[in-house]
Amino acid sequence: MKRLLTAFLFFAALLAAWQIVFVAKVWSPVLVPSPASVVRYLWSVLRDGTLEGSLLVTMKRLLLGYVIGIAAGVPLGMITAQFRAVRDTLGVLALGLQGLPSVCWVPLALLWFGQSEGAMLFVVVMGTLWSVILATESGVRNVNPIYVRAARTMGSRRLHTWVMVIMPASLPFIVSGMKQGWAFAWRSLMAAEIFVTILTGFGLGQLLHYGRELNAMDQVIGIMVVIVFIGLLADKVLFSPWESFLHRRWGTAK
Amino acid sequence: MTLQQELAVSPSAKLAVKNVSKTFDTRGGRVQALDRVSLNVNEGEFVCLVGPSGCGKSTLLNIIAGLETPDEGTVQADGLPIRGPGRDRMVMFQEPALFPWLDVFSNVMFGLKLKPGLADAERKEVAQYYLKLVGLEKFQHANLHELSGGMKQRVTLARAMAPNPRVLLMDEPFAALDALTREQLYGDLQRIWQERRKTIIFVTHNVREAACLGDRVALFSPHPGRIREEFRIPLPRPRDINSVDLAEHATEIMRALKGHLSKSEAQE
Repeated sequence: MKRLLTAFLFFAALLAAWQIVFVAKVWSPVLVPSPASVVRYLWSVLRDGTLEGSLLVTMKRLLLGYVIGIAAGVPLGMITAQFRAVRDTLGVLALGLQGLPSVCWVPLALLWFGQSEGAMLFVVVMGTLWSVILATESGVRNVNPIYVRAARTMGSRRLHTWVMVIMPASLPFIVSGMKQGWAFAWRSLMAAEIFVTILTGFGLGQLLHYGRELNAMDQVIGIMVVIVFIGLLADKVLFSPWESFLHRRWGTAK
Repeated sequence: MTLQQELAVSPSAKLAVKNVSKTFDTRGGRVQALDRVSLNVNEGEFVCLVGPSGCGKSTLLNIIAGLETPDEGTVQADGLPIRGPGRDRMVMFQEPALFPWLDVFSNVMFGLKLKPGLADAERKEVAQYYLKLVGLEKFQHANLHELSGGMKQRVTLARAMAPNPRVLLMDEPFAALDALTREQLYGDLQRIWQERRKTIIFVTHNVREAACLGDRVALFSPHPGRIREEFRIPLPRPRDINSVDLAEHATEIMRALKGHLSKSEAQE
């Protein structure tokens, strides 16, 4: 309760500061719109269905790219952890490409796929895949070797050890990897939506982009608030409960 | 096979370690963990390996477990050379190597499920028998993070005993526990050992613990790891770690240990 109150006071103070800056006319209202005008904008796009529509478009792209990234990344990460040759090749590639900001994939995607959903998907998958591979790999390599030794003395071998011991043992790390993958997918998609303007659907990033084109600062800030809010929601609802449960059960809690 | 039949099979093993040597390459150079170590263990015998840290006693245990291979020498169980880990030789490590994603019961079942020749219902019965033996039948469905350190080691003991191994290899299993819990477990281990007649090799650096548990205590000294002396402990069981007779044996072993240590230091 006290924590909630602290958080509430903090954000209220932030809003108040914003309002003061607006009223004092430190900057032009074109650059710093009032909080009220941002709320008005959000209310209007909520009512006419624009926000809902672009949220749906964005989420569909995000989920598709994310699922592909996880489905390919987790098994590849496990293989990377298991075989030295893969670690020295794919592992290094993943490390390098993970460091590449996902927006850097946009020019290539545009040339390969044109202004299409395919380009968008490609950027999201490239943004997600490598970090998931690396997180899974480090998760598997962090499995306490004593689990494997104990399993071996009980007669567990190869595939049995993998499925019954290594996979469940690395689960907390894999979930961390999935969380990281989500964050990367989200960033990549926003970058892609801002730069790839296509007519098959208007996502949040595109709303943001048009906010700039129209010099509509209330739209720019409003959409940014929505994007931040979705990120917070995903963390607090999807990942944090899982993570804390796993770390408690696995005894890896800090 | 019924529970009675399964328990009636009371396998025990003769272990023969002959001239086993093992060296490790570490950052500090080559370390000779074991230097021509020989040790014979009889059926149903409780042997303690005692010595300071780094004297190779855990290495010897891992070699007998089949988790490591010796550079030289042979290890035989019942006349057959040991090739890799096997269900007949269960290991208990210092940290409870229990699987946190399984509850207590499923942990005990892990090894049992891998043992052929048992029906599912029998496996469950066996698991319950051993959980009862270690006094944890009420905690079957508990998760590991709900258990104390002592309870975890009891589960580990039940899990190691459940597939009915011939040999139990214990690597300082009680070292991380508090003194009171440890004393309780000394009593439990002796009771269970007498009931199930396992061959036990128990590694420790605690001389008193060794004297309390072992029929025989093999004294290791480091650099290179060798067995220097063996002591018989002819005291009746169950033994109390605080008894005066036991203290005498412990003092004797301790004195010998210190003697060997100062000698090996003088050599360096």
